[in-house]
Amino acid sequence: MFDYETLKMLWWLLIGVLLIGFVITDGFDMGVGALIPVIGKTDDERRLMINSIAPHWDGNQVWLVTGAGAIFAAWPAVYATAFSGFYVAMMLTLFALFFRPVGFDYRSKIEDPRWRNSWDWGLFVGGVVPPVIFGVAFGNLLQGVPFILDDFLRSQYQGGFLDLLNPFALLVGVFSLSLFVLQGSTWLQMKTEGALRQRARLVSLICAPLAVILFALAGVWIANGIDGYVITSIGDLSGPANPLLKTAELQPGAWLANYDKYPLTMIAPAVGLLFPLLTWIASKYNRSGFAFFCSSVTQAGVLLTCAFSMFPFILPSSIDPNFSFTVWDAVSSEKTLNIMTIAAAIFLPIILLYTTWCYLKMFGRLGKEFMAKYKHSAY
Amino acid sequence: MDEIVDLSRFQFAMTAMYHFLFVPLTLGLAWILVIMESLYVMTKKEIYKDMTKFWGKLFGINFALGVTTGLTMEFQFGTNWAYYSHYVGDVFGAPLAIEGMMAFFLESTFVGLFFFGWDRLTKLQHLASTCLVALGSSMSALWILIANGWMQNPVGAEFNYETMRMEMTSFADLVFNPVAQVKFVHTVASGYVTGAMFVLAISSYYLLKGRDTAFAKRSFAIAAAFGTAGILSTIVLGDESGYEVGDVQKVKLAAIESEWETHPAPAAFTLIGLPNQEEQRTDYAIKIPYALGIIATRSIDEQVIGLKDLMAEHELRIRNGMVAYGLLQKLRSGDKSEQNIAAFEEVKVDLGYGLLLKKYAPDVVDASEEQIQMAVDDSIPGVAPMFWSFRVMVGAGMVMLFIFLFAFYQSARSRIGKNKLFHKICLYSLPLPWIAMEAGWFVAEYGRQPWAIAEILPTHMGVSSVSSDKVLFSIISIAAFYTVLLVIEMFLMFRFARLGPSSLKTGKYHFEQLENIQGQG
Repeated sequence: MFDYETLKMLWWLLIGVLLIGFVITDGFDMGVGALIPVIGKTDDERRLMINSIAPHWDGNQVWLVTGAGAIFAAWPAVYATAFSGFYVAMMLTLFALFFRPVGFDYRSKIEDPRWRNSWDWGLFVGGVVPPVIFGVAFGNLLQGVPFILDDFLRSQYQGGFLDLLNPFALLVGVFSLSLFVLQGSTWLQMKTEGALRQRARLVSLICAPLAVILFALAGVWIANGIDGYVITSIGDLSGPANPLLKTAELQPGAWLANYDKYPLTMIAPAVGLLFPLLTWIASKYNRSGFAFFCSSVTQAGVLLTCAFSMFPFILPSSIDPNFSFTVWDAVSSEKTLNIMTIAAAIFLPIILLYTTWCYLKMFGRLGKEFMAKYKHSAY
Repeated sequence: MDEIVDLSRFQFAMTAMYHFLFVPLTLGLAWILVIMESLYVMTKKEIYKDMTKFWGKLFGINFALGVTTGLTMEFQFGTNWAYYSHYVGDVFGAPLAIEGMMAFFLESTFVGLFFFGWDRLTKLQHLASTCLVALGSSMSALWILIANGWMQNPVGAEFNYETMRMEMTSFADLVFNPVAQVKFVHTVASGYVTGAMFVLAISSYYLLKGRDTAFAKRSFAIAAAFGTAGILSTIVLGDESGYEVGDVQKVKLAAIESEWETHPAPAAFTLIGLPNQEEQRTDYAIKIPYALGIIATRSIDEQVIGLKDLMAEHELRIRNGMVAYGLLQKLRSGDKSEQNIAAFEEVKVDLGYGLLLKKYAPDVVDASEEQIQMAVDDSIPGVAPMFWSFRVMVGAGMVMLFIFLFAFYQSARSRIGKNKLFHKICLYSLPLPWIAMEAGWFVAEYGRQPWAIAEILPTHMGVSSVSSDKVLFSIISIAAFYTVLLVIEMFLMFRFARLGPSSLKTGKYHFEQLENIQGQG
C-alpha cells in the first residue's frame, strides 16, 4: 500500500494523534480528579464533578491504553526500553491509575463520609500523579535517556529513578499538571453551574497564564541549556529497522533545527502560547464551551511542539547517541505497519463517530435537580 | 539473572490470574444483561428493567476491577518483559493495538451509556449500547487470545537477523491460528458460564430466603438457559482440539496425561495416577482404553507422542539451534556472505532451541554435553502440576454441566424454587467456574514452559534488564493494592448481593416493602 518510509512517518503521526486524544479527553477527567478535594466543598458538589465525567472517563482512558498498545506494536523497541527503563515511574503511574476505576464506581455505593473522603483522595492521586509523571518523562526524553544496547539489541537502562527528577524534567512535570488541570477546569465550567462553576473558572484563570509562563520557560531552557540530537549518517530510510545502523551526535540548539527547516511547524509552539491566553479570555467572559475548546487546542499544540522539536528522534540515548531510537529505526516491519494502518483507517473514524454521539447524548450542565433525581443511581 | 526471571514470572502469574478473576464475569454477565434488557424492550415489563439495572450494578462493581487489573497487564510487558517486547513486538503488539481500536474503545465508551444513559436514550438505543458493551468485551477477548494463541503456536512469523527480532509474515495466519481460534471459543464460553453461575447462585440465595421470588425466578431461568449453552460449548468445543498443532502443544498434551511413552494408537486416557518426573513414569495409573487417542486426535489410528520421544526430538533441535546461533553470530559480526545467509536460513527455525542453552552456556556454541542434557530436561514443564490442574478444571466443568442441565430441566418444568437442596448446591457452587478457569489458564501457561513464545523465545531470555529489588518492590506493592481492592470488592459484592433488587430504591422489593409494613404497623 504505502512504501516503508511513508509508513514510518505515518505511524509517528498516528501515535501523535492517539496521544493528543489522550491528553484532550483523559486530560479533562484527570484534571477534574485533581480538583475534587480542591474545589468540591460539599459531597453534592464532589458528586456533581464526578458525574460530569462519569459516563466518559472509561472511554477516555482507552486513548491511553490504545496509545500504549500502538507504541508496543509500532515502536516495540521504544515500548520495551521506556517502560523498563522508567520502571519505578511507570509503576507509580500504574498505582495512581488503580484508584480511578474503583474510585469512580465504589465511592457512591456507601454513604459514610470517611469512605467517600478516602476515595476522593484516591481520585485526586489518580488525577495528579499521571500528568506529572508524563511531563517528567517528556522532560527526560528531551534531555536524552541513559541506556545502551547490546549485540542482541537488549536495552539496558543505566540511570536511577531519582535521576529522572532533574530540574528541567520537574518543570515539564509541573507544566503538564497545569495543562491537565486547565483542561479539567474548563470542562467543569462547561458542565456545572453556580458556585462550583465559578470556582472552576477561577482555577482556569490561574492555570492559563501559568501554562504560558511554564511553556515559555521550557522553550527558553531548551534553546539555551539543552543540547539536542542530530543524525549524522543513516542508510536507506526504507531499510531494515535497526538502531545500530546509524550514527548520531549531540548538538547545541538541535531541538530547534526543525523550525528552521520546516517553518510551518512554528504553528505548534505558537498555538501552545496563544491558546492558553484565549482560554483565559473565554473563561473571563464566561464562554465556557469556547474555553474548553481553546484549552483542548492548547494540549494538541504543546504535544506537537515536543514532537516537532525532537523529530525524527523518539528516545535519544544520552550515553551513546548512536543507540538512539528514531522514527526510522525503532519501528516495526513494513508488513505490520501496513496492517495496522488499515486497522486504524477503519476504526479511528468509527471511534470518533460513536464517541461524539456519546458526548452529544450526555450533553448539558449538571446541577441540583440532577443530584436530587439521581441520588441513588449516580456516582 | 535467575532471580529476576523467577520474580518476573511470579509477578506475571500473580497479576494475570488476579485479572482473570474479573474478566470472565464481565464477558458472561454482559450478555446476560443483553438478554434481560431485550426481554424488557420486547415485553415492556418493568421487572426486566429492574433486573438489568440490579445485575448491572453488580456488573459495575466487577467491571471496575477488571479495568484496574487490565492496566497492569498492558504495562508489565514493557516494564518486566522488555526483551520479549522488543523481540516479538512486531507480531505480538499488533493484535493488542487492534484490540484497543476495535474492541476496548467500544466496550468502554458504551459502558458509560449503559450506566448513565437510561433517561437520555430511547429504549432501543440503550439496548444497542448494552449489546455493544457485550460485543466489545467478547471481541476484546478474541484479540487478546489471538496474541496468546501466538505465544502457544507462533505461526505467520519468522526471525529477521537484520533487525534481530521476529517479524510478521502473514497476518491471516496469525488471526486464523487454529490454537487461537479454539482458545477463543473455549475461553469466552467459559466466561459465559461464569456469568450464568453467578446469576444462578445469587438467585438461588433469594429463592432460599424466599425474597423477591418473581425477580429471582426470572433471573434463574435466564441463567440456566444461558449457562447450559455456555457449558456445552466450553466442553464440546473444548481446548483439546488445539493440542494437535505445534510442538509445545503436543508437549502440553503429553504432560497433561503424564504420557511418558508413545503408545500404539489409540492411546489410553490416564484417569488418575501419580506422575514421577525423575523416573519419567506415572505410578498407580488407572487408565481408560482408547479415550485419549480419540479426545486428542479425533481418530483411532493417530498416535499421541510421549514425552520421552518429544525430548529426544528436542535434543536434536537444540544441537541444530547451536549451529544456528553460531551462524547468527557470524552474520552479526559482519560476515554476510550469501553462503552464511543461506546456511542460517536453513537452520533458523531451531534458533530458539539454541537459546534454551543460554541459561547454562552464555555463548551457546560451546555448550558441554552435560549442559545440553540440562536444557533437554528443561524442555518440558513439570508434569505433576499439569496433570492435576487439568483434572481440577475438568472435574469442576463436569459438576457445572450437571448443575446447568438440572437447572435448565427445572426451569423447563416450571419447578424453580421447589427443590431447596438443589438451590443450596447452586449457591455453594459459585466458586466453581473460577476454580476451573484459573486451573485451565495454569495448564495453558505453565504448560508452555520453558518458552515465552513456543520454540522461539525461552522465558528466561524475555525479562527486562532491571534489578531484582525493583521487581520485588512492584510485587509487594501490587500485592498490597490487590489485596485491599479485593477485600473492598468482595465487601461491596456481598453487601449488594444480599440487599438484592432493594438496592435499586424503587420501593418495590423485599427490604423496602418490609420497611413500609413496619412503618405502617
